Amino acid sequence: MHNRPQHFHAQAETALANAELRANFRGAMDYLRDKRKTAFADADEERTIRDRAEAIRQRCLSKLPELLEQLESNCIANGIRVHWAENADQANAIFTDIIQSHGGTLAVKGKSMVSEEIELNHAMEKEGITCLESDMGEYIVQLGQETPSHIIMPAIHKNKRQVAELFTEHVPGFQHTLDVDTLIQTGRNVLREKYRTADVGVSGVNFAVAETGTLCLVENEGNGRMCTTVPEVHIAITGIEKVVEFLADVPPLFSALTRSATGQLVTTYFNMISGPRKENELDGPKEVHLVLLDNGRSQAFADEEMRKTLQCIRCGACMNHCPVYTRIGGHAYGTVYPGPIGKIISPHLMGLEATQDLPTASSLCGACGEVCPVRIPIPELLQRLRHEAKQDPKPGTAPMRGQKAAASNAEAFVWRSFALITSRPVLYRMLTWCATRFRRLIPNKLGPWTRCRTAPKPAARTLRELMAERNK
Amino acid sequence: MSTIRIYPAMPKKVYVYATCLVDTFSPDSGLDAIRLLERTGVEVVYVPKQSCCGQPAYSSGYDDDARTTALSQMALFPEPWPVIVLSGSCGGMMHHHYRRLFAGSEHEQSVNEFCDRVFELTEFLVHVCRLRLEDKGPATSVVLHTSCAARREMNVHVTARQLLGQLEQVELREQDYESECCGFGGTFSVRHPAISEAMVQDKTRHLCETRAEQLISADWGCLLNINGALEYQGQPLRGMHLASFLLSRLEEKHA
Repeated sequence: MHNRPQHFHAQAETALANAELRANFRGAMDYLRDKRKTAFADADEERTIRDRAEAIRQRCLSKLPELLEQLESNCIANGIRVHWAENADQANAIFTDIIQSHGGTLAVKGKSMVSEEIELNHAMEKEGITCLESDMGEYIVQLGQETPSHIIMPAIHKNKRQVAELFTEHVPGFQHTLDVDTLIQTGRNVLREKYRTADVGVSGVNFAVAETGTLCLVENEGNGRMCTTVPEVHIAITGIEKVVEFLADVPPLFSALTRSATGQLVTTYFNMISGPRKENELDGPKEVHLVLLDNGRSQAFADEEMRKTLQCIRCGACMNHCPVYTRIGGHAYGTVYPGPIGKIISPHLMGLEATQDLPTASSLCGACGEVCPVRIPIPELLQRLRHEAKQDPKPGTAPMRGQKAAASNAEAFVWRSFALITSRPVLYRMLTWCATRFRRLIPNKLGPWTRCRTAPKPAARTLRELMAERNK
Repeated sequence: MSTIRIYPAMPKKVYVYATCLVDTFSPDSGLDAIRLLERTGVEVVYVPKQSCCGQPAYSSGYDDDARTTALSQMALFPEPWPVIVLSGSCGGMMHHHYRRLFAGSEHEQSVNEFCDRVFELTEFLVHVCRLRLEDKGPATSVVLHTSCAARREMNVHVTARQLLGQLEQVELREQDYESECCGFGGTFSVRHPAISEAMVQDKTRHLCETRAEQLISADWGCLLNINGALEYQGQPLRGMHLASFLLSRLEEKHA
């Protein structure tokens, strides 16, 4: 199953037709929305947390190039080896080189959306390296040969019956049960053994601190800690936008992240990785690597408005509150990052040619912007992308991949006519006069509109006419 | 997006911006809104040359065409009187998005001055007119739908509720997922019909489940969508504009 953003319409229709999937999403989103609401019970506190988080992200992004250099030198000083990757291929090559230089064949991986972005598992498989997902949701998704459908809860599209079926099929000795604790324990038992035998541990990064060269990892299951401490080699990968300036920037962002994502005040685990095992230390990897991935982010960075996209701290709150995501789920998007944030970040990662249906797949209801903990103006950015997909770039703005890809002469004609009619009172009057006078001629079937609605009926007289009569 | 607004004192005159949907599909709502405003003692000026705020072009990515429309509309309201818009989403377009469309252009200042004068009907009635309603109608139950723009761009879902709350004989029923979009979104409903369909079906179900006698909204975009779906499903519930409903409650003949 490999969905693509080019097939968004068909994928969305398939998802909408799947009653079980829709029930799974509705239930899960309701649960997450409630959790967030409880975590932000006090509106003033919520405002303060978001103010701080937004300000920190904007400050850090405003000096991104300098902070990345500072991060690199401080990581190196800590003994972390830093690699730069412009795109997915380069990042995968870095992984292959490191793992093969140790003769490794098994990697365990903590949840990392960036590793999904570069399709790491796939690339490693080609090199004869198994990359086992250790996050429970990711593990379930991997067993089903799927991709995550949510950035926080990768297997949120599945219910316990579906998970039990997967385990029955793939885990030897599993006795079918719907008991959630037993299901989790089953996954754990498999994974424990793998941590012990893996050559390399792979993780993502939530915040990379420039000031100290520290990599912060937020998680609940403890698998992230296992992946980054048990194997001899740890490779962390992150998008370049995850860098923060000071250690003191982390607690406010952490708080904003966990409350928005899972409604937690803190998570069960919070890892700070500041280098490999030192002499006389008993545990920890002997080597730590950091891969800094661009993959289209510098394009977003170059444009002051689009740069706000990079403020994202990957909490998933926009997805949980999006009426579109709630109904079609993550896979329909065919992108690594689904939902509202996916609609604004994917065009930078994949180009607007491939993703042109995503920015239009929003009623611009604003629910995403309303909950974003770092106040990314998602609806406005969607608006901007719609414009960029249709028309030549604004003069003075940085070029974007796939600009004008969705341009259509027919559509341009429609909107030029719209502008003409609405700006010329005579034309507008004629049109509305016709609409009201010939309203009975309006067909009952009006394309997509009437697949679930009756055709709208204009009134017998326009307001303008009624007012003219009134003022006589 | 919603920020705290400072409201002016009650003016002598206001403009009404009825919106293209009210003009074409529900002119009575426009008349009712004008009558309602007039009852507060303000003189209402209706400019017959008005057409559409330009939102359809803007939300489709055609900024230049939206600017053409926006400039033609703004030119029709030269006096410094408030412009009262009978829809939260057109209000959001004219109060917020015009600023963005003309940011950095030669029109920036005059556009911003215009945007400052734009008010949605219910916020104007509550915050400027300080309207007090005496309910003369029979006991009834209603359910309110506020558009996403009314809620998140204009922050006027509160004022619509306040007005309904003043009516003693009217029971306001709560729907599940009240803040969720009805699935209209202008061209979204045509570009992504299957998703829009799923949204409006959920919305109508939640509205019908309240068993309210009447659906009220101050947005004709949403009502076009929701009423069309309700009619298609054969439901008895129908939506009417808040202005018409309020006016009907003030007039003895309905009592």
